Amino acid sequence: MDISKIDQIIDKHDGEASSLIQILLDIQSEHNWLPKEALKRVSEKLQVPMSRIQHIATFYKAFSLVPKGRHQVHVCMGTACHVRGAQRVLDTVQEVTGVKSGETDSDLKFSVETVNCLGCCALGPVMEVDGKHHGNIAPSQIASVLNNCE
Amino acid sequence: MTRLNSPEKLECARKDIVSRIDPTKPCISVCAGAGCLASGAAEVIAAFKTELDFHGLTTEVNTKGTGCPGFCERGPIVMIYPEGICYLKVKPEDVPEIVSHTIKEKKVVDRLLYEDPATGTRALRESDIPFYKNQQRNILSENIRLDSKSMDDYLAIGGYSALSKVLFQMTPEEVMGEIKKSNLRGRGGGGFPAWRKWEESRNAPDPIKYVIVNADEGDPGAFMDRALIEGNPHSILEGLIIGAYAVGAHEGFIYVRQEYPLAVENINLAIRQASERGFVGKDILGSGFDFTVKVHMGAGAFVCGESSALMTALEGRAGEPRPKYIHTAVKGVWDHPSVLNNVETWANVPQIINKGADWFTSFGTAGSTGTKIFSLVGKITNTGLVEVPMGVTLRDIITKVGGGIPGGKKFKAVQTGGPSGGCIPEAQLDLPVDFDELTKAGSMMGSGGMIVMDEDTCMVDIARYFIDFLKDESCGKCTPCREGIRQMLAVLTRITAGKGKEGDIELLEELAESMGAALCALGKSAPNPVLSTIRYFRDEYEAHIRDKKCPALSCKEMIAFHIDPAKCKACGSCFRQCPAEAIHGGKKLIHIIDQEKCTKCGTCLDVCPSRFGAVRKISGEPVPAPVPEDKRAIA
Ligand SMILES: Cc1cc2nc3c(=O)[nH]c(=O)nc-3n(C[C@H](O)[C@H](O)[C@H](O)COP(=O)(O)O)c2cc1C
Ligand code: SF4
Ligand code: SF4
Ligand code: FES
Ligand code: FES
Repeated sequence: MDISKIDQIIDKHDGEASSLIQILLDIQSEHNWLPKEALKRVSEKLQVPMSRIQHIATFYKAFSLVPKGRHQVHVCMGTACHVRGAQRVLDTVQEVTGVKSGETDSDLKFSVETVNCLGCCALGPVMEVDGKHHGNIAPSQIASVLNNCE
Repeated sequence: MTRLNSPEKLECARKDIVSRIDPTKPCISVCAGAGCLASGAAEVIAAFKTELDFHGLTTEVNTKGTGCPGFCERGPIVMIYPEGICYLKVKPEDVPEIVSHTIKEKKVVDRLLYEDPATGTRALRESDIPFYKNQQRNILSENIRLDSKSMDDYLAIGGYSALSKVLFQMTPEEVMGEIKKSNLRGRGGGGFPAWRKWEESRNAPDPIKYVIVNADEGDPGAFMDRALIEGNPHSILEGLIIGAYAVGAHEGFIYVRQEYPLAVENINLAIRQASERGFVGKDILGSGFDFTVKVHMGAGAFVCGESSALMTALEGRAGEPRPKYIHTAVKGVWDHPSVLNNVETWANVPQIINKGADWFTSFGTAGSTGTKIFSLVGKITNTGLVEVPMGVTLRDIITKVGGGIPGGKKFKAVQTGGPSGGCIPEAQLDLPVDFDELTKAGSMMGSGGMIVMDEDTCMVDIARYFIDFLKDESCGKCTPCREGIRQMLAVLTRITAGKGKEGDIELLEELAESMGAALCALGKSAPNPVLSTIRYFRDEYEAHIRDKKCPALSCKEMIAFHIDPAKCKACGSCFRQCPAEAIHGGKKLIHIIDQEKCTKCGTCLDVCPSRFGAVRKISGEPVPAPVPEDKRAIA
């Protein structure tokens, strides 16, 4: 891992402890997870105890303390998607990838996660693969979308 | 870019921008809101660029990526000006035809217009479409007029004139007076009068004060705040600065959830543009008033939408609520007075200042003034964002704007208020939507999520769904919330699994009562979805518990799939597509589902041709014994 990248992120936020969450978000989006060395660096530079960082990293759902797969599959379980069959979408995604929600497979290909509303409820049910939304997705279309992932 | 340092300079700049706009010049506006982007709007915009270039029309035709006008389900939406033609569901393949027909020959591409499902007539303009016609879009209508990344566009429609007006023609007390007169109530949940919080902060002796935008939008199924902050970020910023002036704050925060990357991008851009032009920073428009603002991304915690938790998160800590006996308006972020309002609340402020409180109160009811934006979603024909005057009935929203329930299904309930709200049945549809009436009916206005449910939605499952949602979202700090939710979920899961016991309904009611002692509104209001479904749909609970039957045929553990031997024509569709290989097929043989292997995925029901309709769901009765082998042949 490139420590200078972490330093850059910290500097971008003027090294302020109040920006801790923002810094962690940037690291998460850079690496897809929060590596231990990165957190140590943040703790040193911001002079924030490691315990507080750990607490934050577990409290907020955006953070992951383990590496994520190359492809992130998010299934929306918001109310609008729920009434339009989100559970069936999730069931199918889990079946196709063999990965349970909240987990990653052993070759780090897929991470599957449920989210509470992606803000395009009019298109429900919605699945998001690597940032790309698939609206009005039918369970029968899921395999072909996921099979396109390398 | 030079800073504008007087109101006159602002008006000069505005005149200059407007004079450069040629109203007769063709303009193609494509909605670049989240919904349309998900349906391929970016590809459509790119196709227009290529096509215009190909025809050598790049300088003669403007193209814009605008905010969401609301009809997301029919996106990508393309508007052609000056005619105001509205094309729906546009695909990149349609673009060459639009350019050659509509732009060059001024002809209309009929098939892309809205078609009335009942009469088959086409609607040329937005204003002819019933979905829009029955709304009052004071705020949302601005979205489609603006390139969401252009401050000039905002200035061209009068942007920042309200700010200029308050800074140079009004005292903070006068601003406060106007907001008080408008009776603007908070759009984010409780409907608390905005002026009261503002006044409390203003009167607090501490000289350091903050104003904050709540764009956490945690209600799953609501997305109006997203549309506003993405589509018209300057209007939120302008409202916030006006609030800061009234309250006497010089610093502000915009708390946006990280799940909305485009909103984060557009509001950051707006702040940069506004700083360059002198609407943010020191000595705004030469008035001597200073104001700076920071964007803070939420890291995914529903409870952080709650005011005290949000403020703790702003300080860079885990967002846990604190007891309410001290108002955040007096002691908020770092213990300084902090005014927190929802995105839509702030969006109303510039309009109230510009058009006056009397104009604002001409919409809505006496207690709930103005308009409200709802996200009308779920089992409804026209899904999207709708803005209506407060006081219209739920029935009007659902039938006139929403176009009723699709697929000939029967309406069952509408859920408002998110996880703190409740379900409203058919019998209450003539209720006017206003803060107080919805609360009386056991629900609440909430932030404006309006989820329509039809006969296929199980109300016990919906209650379980919300409690399950809250189980992950309770911060766990106080016992009544943490334990109450856990126990309620156990009971509801039991009922929806067909293992409910006599007395479970009463147990849920008791648990609900105990949660009144929770620390924050998340815990206190968590029982609402349960209590409201018990109140209006008790028979569904009873059917689950007594008859082991899910009347909506929805609860997976209480249903079975069965192929009607009299109807099966052995087409083999279900056999081929069953992912569990649970169907015994064969040429000219009645198909049979092996109940042991069936995972109840529902595929067979979906794929059985409707002219046969052989697959059915059953609940509360035994599955008929399979047809004996020797009787399976179809003649
Ligand atoms: C658990 C919980 C979550 C909330 N989430 C939001 C939210 O996402 N957005 C919002 O504007 N208000 C939310 N609220 C309401 C806020 O606490 C607060 O009342 C509101 O932002 C004030 O602004 P308003 O008066 O303009 O509505 C939430 C409240 C609770 C208890
Ligand atoms: S009511 Fe629930 S969410 Fe609110 S403070 Fe208590 S445990 Fe946390
Ligand atoms: S419900 Fe699904 S698993 Fe069961 S028989 Fe039908 S297709 Fe197969
Ligand atoms: S509920 Fe799924 S996108 Fe909003
Ligand atoms: S996002 Fe385009 S209409 Fe809503």
